Amino acid sequence: MNVVRRCGDRALLLEVDDVHGIARALRAAPLPGALEIVPGAETVLITHTSEADVPGLARALAALVPLPADGSAEVVVAVAVTYDGADLAEVASLSGLSVAEVVSLHQRSDYVVAFCGFAPGFAYLRGLDPALVVPRLVTPRTRVPAGSVAIADTWSAVYPRESPGGWQLLGRTESVLWDLSRPAPALLSPGTRVRFVEAAR
Amino acid sequence: MTRLEVVSPGPLALVQDDGRPGWAALGVGPSGSFDRASFGLANRLVGNRGTAPAIEALSGGFAVRAVSPCVVAVTGADGNVTIGRDGHAALAARNSPLHLRTGDVLVLGMPTSGLRSYIAVRGGLRAGLALGSSSRDTLAALGPEPLVAGDQLAIGPHALGHPHVDHAPVRPSKSALRVARGPRDDWFTPEAWQALMSTSWAVSRHSDRVGVRLDGPALARRTPGRELASEPVVTGAVQVPPDGRPVVLGPDRPTTGGYPVIGVVLDADLDRMAQLRPGDLITFQEADFR
Repeated sequence: MNVVRRCGDRALLLEVDDVHGIARALRAAPLPGALEIVPGAETVLITHTSEADVPGLARALAALVPLPADGSAEVVVAVAVTYDGADLAEVASLSGLSVAEVVSLHQRSDYVVAFCGFAPGFAYLRGLDPALVVPRLVTPRTRVPAGSVAIADTWSAVYPRESPGGWQLLGRTESVLWDLSRPAPALLSPGTRVRFVEAAR
Repeated sequence: MTRLEVVSPGPLALVQDDGRPGWAALGVGPSGSFDRASFGLANRLVGNRGTAPAIEALSGGFAVRAVSPCVVAVTGADGNVTIGRDGHAALAARNSPLHLRTGDVLVLGMPTSGLRSYIAVRGGLRAGLALGSSSRDTLAALGPEPLVAGDQLAIGPHALGHPHVDHAPVRPSKSALRVARGPRDDWFTPEAWQALMSTSWAVSRHSDRVGVRLDGPALARRTPGRELASEPVVTGAVQVPPDGRPVVLGPDRPTTGGYPVIGVVLDADLDRMAQLRPGDLITFQEADFR
């Protein structure tokens, strides 16, 4: 059984083991009254209409079973990175590795987009090697360029546009993470698999 | 084409409609008018569909000139509205359709109560779309840029029939805002919930469309230092950062947050959050759910 928590009078928050499996199940078979499905790190938010039968919806969500991924639909996005980030040496020092080892470990992992947040198209990538777990900057930068590839805590991410930011910068990519002129504006959406590769020189 | 020219935007004037729900999974918040009832009323008073793009003006000082005749309505905060030309200005009514002749300048004075005014024009504003909405999201920088003096605002041709109303009665509410417990009230001490309910909270001057910040006692957690895995949030969520000072999230909020949410303001009471001014005192009461 999933734990269902009330989130005001227009949403329920679901604590689940398999965020993407639950989100898939909800998209495959929408529940009456449910509107939007928003994944978090360990939770899924379900917004609902004002007329929804909330106790009924809560019971259905508590009993919901994750839907396994359909492997044929799986997308793997390769992000080409130039590893020249401002915090590369600091990350190496914090993790007790050489810069070359940091780069190698960052590329070796398979990542999956756990959820988006912070800014449109900002994807939290799960799968970072435990050796690379480093804290956020004590003082965030006021300006991080678009395309910056960064890590913080157990996550990796790419900044979709220039913004303030407190993550440790490893490098940059030419990939466009967020483009409103595309039918799917976000390059990385929840469930997308990601590999980081060395950019051609 | 019918147009309005911005003479002065005041401290902040934004184009807003009913926002862009449905994109939260990609990190895009809802945005849209903060005081939805006042926004909808302004549109209905000029015979628009209730979601047509209109202007949300913060505080006083907003002014537009009619480049051609048009019908507008001003709703939301309370305060003087004047219509002037050639150095003469006359008071005009809020919550009523107002006919502007070419050259008339509509000016919003400082609100006597409330903070945000809505200016709708018959035909609706024609503004750029981002993900299907003309709302300006101030956090994500999506949608039309904030208005500046000299902006020429195009007005759409389509409107419904003229409304048969001269004036809409609006009654402001001063009662406590209703808050539902959770989803993370169990992260806080019982005293923290009591403090949330019993305190007269002062609205901080650092409040905006992202969140209304409240000054008062710090709300204590059961386990200081414990970290919450980032989870999705809703508008009206009372989020409590490590300093214990609650922030009620507004329409330009992020889609996920890492601070526990002690309670959520009921949907019907959210519009009133939009009209809170720095220094205003507010109280909460626990919503009774069946």
